[in-house]
Amino acid sequence: MSDRPQIVAGLIVFVGLFTFPIWHARGGKPSPNAPDIKLPAQEKQCVAPVEYMRESHMDLLDSWREDVVRDNQRQFTAFNGKVYDKSLTRTCLTQCHTDKAEFCDRCHTYAGVSGPYCWDCHVQPRLTARRTP
Amino acid sequence: MLMMEKATVGSRRYWAWILCLAAIILAGFLCYLRQLSHGLAITGLSRDVTWGLYIAQFTFFVGVAASAVMVVLPYYLHDYKAFGRITILGELLAVSAVTMCLLFVFVDMGQPARVLNVLLYPSPSSLMFWDFISLGGYLFLNALIPFVMLRAEREEVSPPKWIKPIVILSIPWAVSIHTVTAFLYSGLPGRAFWLTAVLVPRFLASAFASGPALLILLCLILRKVSRFDAGDNAIHQLGLIVTYAMVINVFLVSVEFFTVFYSRIPEHLEHFRYVFFGLDGNYHLAPWMWLSAALAIAALILLLVPAWRNSPRLLPLACAFVFVSVWIEKGLGLIVGGFTPSPLGSITRYTPTWPETTIVLGVWAIGALMITVFYKIALSVREEAGVR
Amino acid sequence: MKITRKDFLRLSGLGLLALAGKKAVRAFAEAAAPSASPQTIKRWGMVIDLQKCRQKDGCTDCVKACNLAHNIPQIPDRAHEVKWIWNQSFESVFPQVQTDYTQQAYAGHPIPLLCNHCANPPCVRVCPTQATFKRENDGIVMMDFHRCIGCRYCMAACPYGSRSFNWQDPRPAIPSINSDFPTRTKGVVEKCNFCEERLARGLRPACVEACPEKAMVFGDLSNPETEPRKLLRARFALQREPELGTSPSVYYLI
Repeated sequence: MSDRPQIVAGLIVFVGLFTFPIWHARGGKPSPNAPDIKLPAQEKQCVAPVEYMRESHMDLLDSWREDVVRDNQRQFTAFNGKVYDKSLTRTCLTQCHTDKAEFCDRCHTYAGVSGPYCWDCHVQPRLTARRTP
Repeated sequence: MLMMEKATVGSRRYWAWILCLAAIILAGFLCYLRQLSHGLAITGLSRDVTWGLYIAQFTFFVGVAASAVMVVLPYYLHDYKAFGRITILGELLAVSAVTMCLLFVFVDMGQPARVLNVLLYPSPSSLMFWDFISLGGYLFLNALIPFVMLRAEREEVSPPKWIKPIVILSIPWAVSIHTVTAFLYSGLPGRAFWLTAVLVPRFLASAFASGPALLILLCLILRKVSRFDAGDNAIHQLGLIVTYAMVINVFLVSVEFFTVFYSRIPEHLEHFRYVFFGLDGNYHLAPWMWLSAALAIAALILLLVPAWRNSPRLLPLACAFVFVSVWIEKGLGLIVGGFTPSPLGSITRYTPTWPETTIVLGVWAIGALMITVFYKIALSVREEAGVR
Repeated sequence: MKITRKDFLRLSGLGLLALAGKKAVRAFAEAAAPSASPQTIKRWGMVIDLQKCRQKDGCTDCVKACNLAHNIPQIPDRAHEVKWIWNQSFESVFPQVQTDYTQQAYAGHPIPLLCNHCANPPCVRVCPTQATFKRENDGIVMMDFHRCIGCRYCMAACPYGSRSFNWQDPRPAIPSINSDFPTRTKGVVEKCNFCEERLARGLRPACVEACPEKAMVFGDLSNPETEPRKLLRARFALQREPELGTSPSVYYLI
């Protein structure tokens, strides 16, 4: 088999690429603890149960976006009957989770979630004085 | 299965050509990366002239793609045997042209990552949606047909019976892709330059002139670089098709002049004035349009005299004239003319920038690469199978 | 049960076709769906009194208010400018009504121009993704920046030149970012939205509130007792290029 060297070389390259995530992360410190997120001081109840929010807050935000932009439906009735304005910046980030870096970003970084590109356009409430990077 | 190995053996000249194209593609790709990061500001487009070189190329090459029907129709519907050897060349040219069209639209988009939104949120009232559908379908048809035909030739069997209705389908489909593309422009109430029913037959006529002209040039090139000869009969017949189509095209453009200049309605008049004569001291397009007109007249003179049309030296010249003339008139002439003057009467000059031009050349090179590889495969398979 | 490769491919192909067909049927159904009950439909509109507008020479208060409220980038290159509302002189706005003689009366007078929020908008017809759409319950021609693919077909279709495209990232050119409203990103089209976010909070559009002469009157055109309708009954009004059939919601009182 005159192709054997190429085949073996190809296999080695393939296995190397395939296992890249495993050996590349060897240098980092594994973190068994949950991320240290700062919960809001005052409010104890989110617009939806915690388990749901942990899993599906992007689904909620996407449906809010469609409702507000396309249907002009801006009122959200939470599971506990409270009515909120469907706005991440004006409701979530202004009323409760005022520190995005210590709440949202910590968990995103831990989970390896590259943030959605919402912030290319939407303005974080704390950053009005300077332009966002 | 795809017979790609046929494209990997070739002369030094073949590989030099491939390398050349690859270099141009790379340059275009790098410019496109710059456009992705900076935005379309790197082009010469503006708030007033929002479509330019990219969409002009798209419009022109849809025509080239549709012209495959000019060889398919005579052969499959009317048994015109002389075209038997070149139908596959026409179909493969259509595949390359449609791919170029889709690429031109893609590089023109401001948010290309969202392109699938056109399919996720279908909008039947939008001609761009229908253009997507019809071009996609046409690409599929014209990729399937040569593939099946070539496989059959290689195995030296006759093609399966079910391919015939598909070939017949590609004939009205070819007309439809260019009709839909013309509808893109001719239904806009605010653009008087395009708001004319005659735009559709103009597009078809110019397509059936420029496409077969390119096919003739390709066949003549193949005569020089390969052992394939399309046959004088086929080439002369194609030349006749180009002649009739170009006569009709020039006629249709001329009748537009009458309606516009005789009725003297300002909204229509000012666009034609700007494009052909300049307006308020802005003569950007006029030289190009007169070049296009001169080339068209010269082409017609060469084509209408049978001895000149069939002459092996003058025919390629005439075909090149037709191709360039239509490329100008249906490309930038049509697009920029439609946008200038703007709805509020302002005239903004459109000059393509170097990055923009490089991206266009890159897409052209991709088309050329596809044609090269396709023809290499098709002709190699033919030679091996010992075609009649 | 053994299935041949040919049969498997045939079945999968038919299955995919069926799925595509379902999607196509749904698209047609949605496109053909009639709008909400006509009685409750509002139609936001604006009447601009050009006599009042002319009172202050060189006034651009409405433009400034809009720019601030909506983070409009101030781009010096005219080719790439973004504008939702701006002033232009009478001759270029109403070419059909001007003659040599009306020019003497109205030459050079500024006309505020914005999206006309047409009842029959060509831009909505041509959008391939419905990123621009006409809202059923209030008639505003909306932009969904999340869905826009930046093809600029709507800009070609608009007979009034009301739309702008973000040829580059707008943020560096925004003098001061208003956190109440998002900026946009490069590659999407934008235009006046009748301040729909302010309307939702019960406010009037920014330009209407900013006008020192109260020349812009905003209201529900479908209700005969609103201010705009009363004005339209009292005085002669112009629309921009009404013969195109777009039915604009912005009227100008000469």
